[in-house]
Amino acid sequence: MSRDLITFRRIITTGMVNFVRNAWLAIAAMAVMVVTLSIVLFSILTSATFNNTIAQITDKIDVSVYLQDAATDNERDVLLRNLANQPNVKSVTYLSKADALERYKSQNAGNQSLLDAINQTDNPLPATILVKPRELQRVQEIKDFLNRPEEKKIVADVSYRDDRKAAIDKIAHATNTLQRAGVIAVLLFSLISMLIIFNTIQMAIFNRRDELTIMRLLGASTWFIRGPFVVETIIYGVLSALISVLLIHGLFVAASSALEASSLGLLDISYASDYFYANVWQLTGMQLAIGIFIGAASSIIATKRYLKFKSK
Amino acid sequence: MILLDRVTKAYGKVATPALDRVSLHVEPKEFVIVVGQSGAGKTTLLRLLTREEKPTSGKIIVGGIDYDKLKDKDIPLLRRKIGVVFQDFKLLPNRTVFENVAFALEIVGMSNREINNTVPKVLDIVNLRGKEKRMPMELSGGERQRVAIARAIVRQPKILIADEPTGNLDPKHAWDVIKVLEKINHYGTTVLLTTHNQDIVNKLKRRVVTIQHGQIASDKARAEYNA
Repeated sequence: MSRDLITFRRIITTGMVNFVRNAWLAIAAMAVMVVTLSIVLFSILTSATFNNTIAQITDKIDVSVYLQDAATDNERDVLLRNLANQPNVKSVTYLSKADALERYKSQNAGNQSLLDAINQTDNPLPATILVKPRELQRVQEIKDFLNRPEEKKIVADVSYRDDRKAAIDKIAHATNTLQRAGVIAVLLFSLISMLIIFNTIQMAIFNRRDELTIMRLLGASTWFIRGPFVVETIIYGVLSALISVLLIHGLFVAASSALEASSLGLLDISYASDYFYANVWQLTGMQLAIGIFIGAASSIIATKRYLKFKSK
Repeated sequence: MILLDRVTKAYGKVATPALDRVSLHVEPKEFVIVVGQSGAGKTTLLRLLTREEKPTSGKIIVGGIDYDKLKDKDIPLLRRKIGVVFQDFKLLPNRTVFENVAFALEIVGMSNREINNTVPKVLDIVNLRGKEKRMPMELSGGERQRVAIARAIVRQPKILIADEPTGNLDPKHAWDVIKVLEKINHYGTTVLLTTHNQDIVNKLKRRVVTIQHGQIASDKARAEYNA
């Protein structure tokens, strides 16, 4: 076996032994790291859920374009093509007068007097184009397009209900705020947990400073000394990541059994939990990556000062 | 083996430097005793050799390594070539005798099998066979210093630097340590020993370099030295 490999194995072993020896010190560091990583995970889940809620509502909203009866097939086809080419248009569906009548009947199937009334007329409903926008914030672009003179010729009316837009604006605003708060909380807690791990390692170094001096005098390389500390904090990171995932899992279990609610205000819990379990491996991997990064970075910085050679 | 050329080391802005233009040449396999009062500059000299300190000016070459060209990251490699013994032993208190010696070999990435082969042989040289499992606290000062020597020589360095190794020992144990150093020198290692024990200097009859106020006051081959 090569010497580098032997040394690598020794570094790992020493790091694990030190982790066990410093268990009490490690708990403080890990507690903060668990909080940090749980906030990260929670932010991701809320943001995914809110985006899903917005998408769902957006999907139900469309702009109805009522055509004049006088419009020719050719004019209609041009309008359909032009609408479909608009950047903010997701899809267009054409309903002929007959289709519109069918839809009206099925929508009002329970209301016999309305049905009787419409049956007595000669189909007063106009041919309709249903336009689904990509983003509700930019629905005005579609309206502006339909207001151009050449389009206006064949368009009788455009209907778009604004009450849903208000709801969507609210959710979008909440999502933005939450995302921003989440980022700040994640940064803040990452910093705090790095500082605490930093301190933990400094304490561990302080306890063993004589040993480190001796190691240095005997010609130990920087990584031979630093490696075990880094391994130790990487273990913090890995354990904290796993605990944070279990914690969120526990929250979902508790929420589903105790609350028996599928949503908390704007937060659609059942979607959040579906999203969590569908992506649980990717999320765990991401938590591990963040935990390992925080652990390794703080111990590398913490050991730097003690491992410098005198250069005076 | 060791070459110092007009080496000066000044700490801060003190008027008199700790070492003042010291030039010294030590041949391979030589045994050199450095004497001088406390504060004369002996320890500074040794700390320059192990590159714990950098000289303010002057040139140091040890075992073919020019310290001016030595990068920080290569300092560990230099220290692996030099064995060092300290007055206060610097043993790891929570490790056994065997583990303390083995530690020097772990640092260079030696396998456990090699370590198990090498350490007993070295403990033989310093007459500590049978005490492998003792903790440093259970040993006498002389024994502890011999553990430190075993640790210093286990990697077979060309140079052994011993900074007042007998400073904390009574005369009998001091002699045990000195005898071990002579044995190691006999096997071919260059030894640089600092001491202010006049008795040892007289009995050893080796080259003696005297340092006073940071300068070399005298450098005498054993035949000439007669204090």
